[in-house]
Amino acid sequence: MTNDVLLHVDHVTKVFGQADRRFTALKDINLTIREREFVALLGPSGCGKSTLLRMITGLFAPSEGTVYYRNQPVRGINPYATMVFQTFALYPWLSVLDNVALALEARGETSNARFERAEKLIDLVGMDGFERAYPRELSGGMRQKVGFARALAVEPELLCLDEPFSALDVLSAEALRGELMELWIGGQLPTKAILMVSHNIEEAISMADRVVVMGKEPGRILAEFRIDLPHPRSRKDARFEQTLDRIYGAIAGRTEPETKEIGTAPGAPGPTRILPGASVSALAGMLEHLLSHAGKYDIYRLDNELDIEMADLIQVIEMAEMLGFATVGEGDIQLTPLGEAFAEASILTRKELFAQRARRLPMIQWMMQMLNATPDRRLPWKVFHTALLPEFPDELAERQLDVAIDWGRYAELIDYDDSGETVSLAAANGQEAMAAR
Amino acid sequence: MTLRERIFRTPSRAGALLSVGDVVVLLIIATLLYLGLRLANGTPEVIQGPDINLTPAALPYYALLSLGRMLAAYCLSLVFSIAYGYAAARNRRAERWLMPLLDILQSVPILSFLPVVVLSLTAVLPQAVAVEIAAIVLIFTSQVWNLTFSFYQSMTTIPTEYREAAAVFRLGRWLRLKQVELPFACMGLVWNSVMSWAGGWFFLMAAEIFTLGERDFRLPGLGAYLQTAANDGNVEALLMGIGTLVLIIVLLDQLVWQPLLAWAERFKISQVSDDNPTTSWFLNSLRRSGLVGWLRRRLIAPVGRWLDHTLNRPPRQVPGLETAEFERRSLLGWIFLLLVGFGAAYGTLRVLDLLLTMPASNWGEIAVGGGATLLRVLIAVSIALAWTIPLGVLIGTNPRAASILQPLVQIAASIPATALFPVLLLGLLALPAGANIAAVLLMLLGTQWYLLFNVIAGASAIPQDLQYTSDLLRLKGWKRWRTLILPALFPYIITGLITASGGAWNASIVAEYTHFGGETNQVTGLGALISSSTANGDYALLLASTLTMIVLVVAINRLVWRRLYRIAEDRFRMDQ
Repeated sequence: MTNDVLLHVDHVTKVFGQADRRFTALKDINLTIREREFVALLGPSGCGKSTLLRMITGLFAPSEGTVYYRNQPVRGINPYATMVFQTFALYPWLSVLDNVALALEARGETSNARFERAEKLIDLVGMDGFERAYPRELSGGMRQKVGFARALAVEPELLCLDEPFSALDVLSAEALRGELMELWIGGQLPTKAILMVSHNIEEAISMADRVVVMGKEPGRILAEFRIDLPHPRSRKDARFEQTLDRIYGAIAGRTEPETKEIGTAPGAPGPTRILPGASVSALAGMLEHLLSHAGKYDIYRLDNELDIEMADLIQVIEMAEMLGFATVGEGDIQLTPLGEAFAEASILTRKELFAQRARRLPMIQWMMQMLNATPDRRLPWKVFHTALLPEFPDELAERQLDVAIDWGRYAELIDYDDSGETVSLAAANGQEAMAAR
Repeated sequence: MTLRERIFRTPSRAGALLSVGDVVVLLIIATLLYLGLRLANGTPEVIQGPDINLTPAALPYYALLSLGRMLAAYCLSLVFSIAYGYAAARNRRAERWLMPLLDILQSVPILSFLPVVVLSLTAVLPQAVAVEIAAIVLIFTSQVWNLTFSFYQSMTTIPTEYREAAAVFRLGRWLRLKQVELPFACMGLVWNSVMSWAGGWFFLMAAEIFTLGERDFRLPGLGAYLQTAANDGNVEALLMGIGTLVLIIVLLDQLVWQPLLAWAERFKISQVSDDNPTTSWFLNSLRRSGLVGWLRRRLIAPVGRWLDHTLNRPPRQVPGLETAEFERRSLLGWIFLLLVGFGAAYGTLRVLDLLLTMPASNWGEIAVGGGATLLRVLIAVSIALAWTIPLGVLIGTNPRAASILQPLVQIAASIPATALFPVLLLGLLALPAGANIAAVLLMLLGTQWYLLFNVIAGASAIPQDLQYTSDLLRLKGWKRWRTLILPALFPYIITGLITASGGAWNASIVAEYTHFGGETNQVTGLGALISSSTANGDYALLLASTLTMIVLVVAINRLVWRRLYRIAEDRFRMDQ
C-alpha cells in the first residue's frame, strides 16, 4: 500500500438483527480510496450503499472485517471524515451561522474566532447575506449549501456525501453539482478526497473519477468503472452515453433463466427472490412505452422519458423480468411476446395475463397453498409475516407481503381485509379450488 | 412524529397486560405505603389548623403562599423530569425498569397518597413544615409524570439525521444537550408545563383544605381562604377569592405561558414557515425592552459563555450510533437489585400480615365502595360527554362561535374544581342526596375540560375535503354525525376520556368525604373509604382501599383505555 491511500475497507460485512432474524446488508466489501479521488457509490435502493458510508464515517461498526483510515482501524466516529446529509440535517432552531459554528465549537473552538471562520465558509459556498437566516427560510438548495459549509468547516480529509442532491429540485441540484465541481477541481476545498453515494447514474458519471456499482441481496460490489472524461462533462458526448450504457448494463444485470429469475418459495431450499416494490400500473406504463419502440431499447433513456427515478425504474424492470414480460441484457431492455400481448390487451385480458404469470411466482404460490390448506381459505396476516421472518428482516418481510398482496389483489388471486388483518383466497379463486377437490 | 403526538400521546407500551415489572412496581408501591403508615402511627390525635383571615387585604399574602408552593413543586418536577428522562433514554438498562415504573406511577390516583403522605410526614417533622412538604410533594406528583414522559419521548424520537449529525460533528455531552436534545424537547416541555400547572392548581387546593376528623391539616393559602369563606357564608370574600385565583391564572397565562409558547415556536422542527404562529404581546415588548437587552448582554450571555467554556469538552472518541449490547451488571448494581428485592419481599409480607388482620366485612365494604365510585365516574364522564361533544364541535367547526366562546371556556376551565368545591357544598348539601350530587359534580368539574379541549382539537382537525365531500353527498343530521364527525373525533375523545376518567377517580377521594360547616359528609365509595379510614386510624382498611384503587385504575387503563386507544390510532387517524 502506498502512502496516498486514505481509506481502505477490508472484507467488511454488515449484518443487522440477531439470531434467526439476521439480515446481511453488506457482504465482503473491499474498497480503497486514494488522495485526490472522487469516488461515487452507485446502486439501487436497498443495496447498502448508505450503510457502507455510515461504516466509513464510524456511525456503524462492521460486523466482520475492518475499515482502515490511513492504516489505522476506525473505532467510533472517524475524526478525519465528515458528512453531508441527504436531508441536510441542519438544526432548525439554529441560524445558518450558528449551524456552521456549532461544528467548530464541538472541536473546542469556543472563542469568537469560530464565527469568523464560519462566515468565511458561508462566503465560500455563496451564502453570504444569509448568516442570520434560519433553515426554514431557505430553499432546499440553499440549505444544502449550508450543509456543505458545515461539513467543510471542520476541514475533513474525506468528505462523504450521502445522496446530497436527491432531495433537491432538478435545477437546484444541477446548479449545486456544478458549484461543487468548480470548487473541487479548482482546489479550493480543504478536502483530500470525496466519496459520494448516489442512485443517479448520470450524476455519478458527470462528477466522479471512479464509479463503484453495487448490487443487492446481499449488498455487494458488482463492478468498478474509471471515468477519464475531461471536466466539465457533457451528457451529449458519445463517450458519456457509452459509459452510461455500460453502467446500466451492470446495474440492471441480465435476465436469468426463469427458475433462477423467480427463485424458490419461502421455507424451500434455495434463495427466495425479493419481490420488487413496483406497482402494476407502473409496469403497464413501461410496457406500453416500450411497445411503441419495437426491438431493443436503451434502459438509460427510460428514466428521462418516463420521468421516473432510476431506483424505481430498476424495480419496474425487475418486475417485468420476473413475470416474463421483458428481458434485459447489456443495458438494453426488450419486450417478450407475452409483454407485447399485455401492453396491447384490454383491462380484463391484462388481469388474466397477469394472473397467469403471477401464479408461477413461488411467493404467491406459497401463500395460496397455505390458504388452501385452511378450512375457510383465510389466515391472519401475522401468520405469513411470521413465516417470512427467518428469511427477511422485519420491515422487509412486511414490504414483501404488501407487494404480494397488491399483486395478488390485482390478479384476483388473493384478497385482504384490513380491518381484520386477514388474508384470504379471492372469491372466484376459492370456488375454483373447491371444484378442484 | 407530529408535534401533536409528541405532546398529547399517552404512553402505551406494547406488551402483556401485566408484566413482571408491573408486579414488582406495584409491590414496591405497596411497601412504600406500608412504611408511610408505620410512621403515621406517631401522628398526634388532634391538630390545630391555621386561622384564616378573611379580609381582602390578606388575599395577596395567601395568593403568594399558594403560588410559592406551585413554583417549588414545578421546579422540582422540571429537574426530576429532565434527569429521569435523560437517564431512561441514555441508559438501556435503566430504561428497562424506569419506564414501567413511570407507566404505573402516572396512572396511580395521586390523591390516594395524600392521607398517607401527610400523616407520615407529620409524625417525623414539625407539623407546619410537614404539611408544607406534603402539599409540595402532592403537587409534584401531579405535575411530574407528563413532563417526564414528554422529555423521555423527545429524547428517544430525535430524528436520526440530527443524531447522526451530532455524532459526525463530534458534539460532546454538553453541546448535545444544549443544542440538540433540549431544543428538540422544548416545545413538548412547554406545552406539558402548561398542562402540569393547570393540574397542579387542582391538587394545591385539595392539599390546602385537607382535614381528617379532628386533625386539621389546612395550609394558609387561597384554597383555605375559599373554604373558610364558604364555611362562614361570606359571599363577598368568596367572590374576592375566586377573582384573585382567576386573576393569577390569567396573569400567568399572559405573562409566562403565552410568551414561552411564542418563544418556543423557534424549536418547531417543521421546515416550512407557519402562517399564523403563536404570538405574545408581552414577549414582543420584552424583546424591545432596553432592560432585558441589557440583562441579556450583561448577565445571560456571560453566564452562557462561562457554561460553554467549563462544560464543553471536545470528546477524544465519539461512539457510533448503534446500541451496544448490554454491558454486564456491576457488583454495585447487583447489590442494589438485591436490596430492592429484599425490601419489596419484606414489605409484601408485612402488607399481607396487616391485610390479614382485617375482618372480611371490610373487603365487602371495599367491593361495594369500588362499585359505587365506578358508577359515579361513569355518570360524571357520561354527563361530560353529553355536553362537550356538541359544544366542542360547534367551537371547532365554526370560527365565529369560537371567537366568542373560546375565551370564556378557557377562563372557566382555568378555575380548579377543588376551589369551587366549598361553594358547591354550600348550595347542594341542603338538597336530598345532596352529598351524592356534590360528589358527582366535583368529579365532573375536574374532568370535563380535558374532554372539551380534545373535542375542539378533533373537530377543527376534520379535513376540509371530507367536509366538502359530505356536503356534496348531502349528508345531514345524524347521518353526517355517524359517517364523518364521530369517526373523526374518536381518537380525540378517547385521549380526552383517558385523562378524564383518571381525574375522576382521583377526585373521588376529596369528593366523597367532605368536611363542611363542622360536619362530615360521607357517601358510599372507595374514595370515602380511603379518607374515613385515615380519619379513624384504621390503617389496614386504608392500605387495602388505597391499593384497591391503584389496582382498579391501572387495570381499567390496561383493559379498556389502552385497547380503545390502539383502535383509535389504527383505524380513525386522519393525519397520517
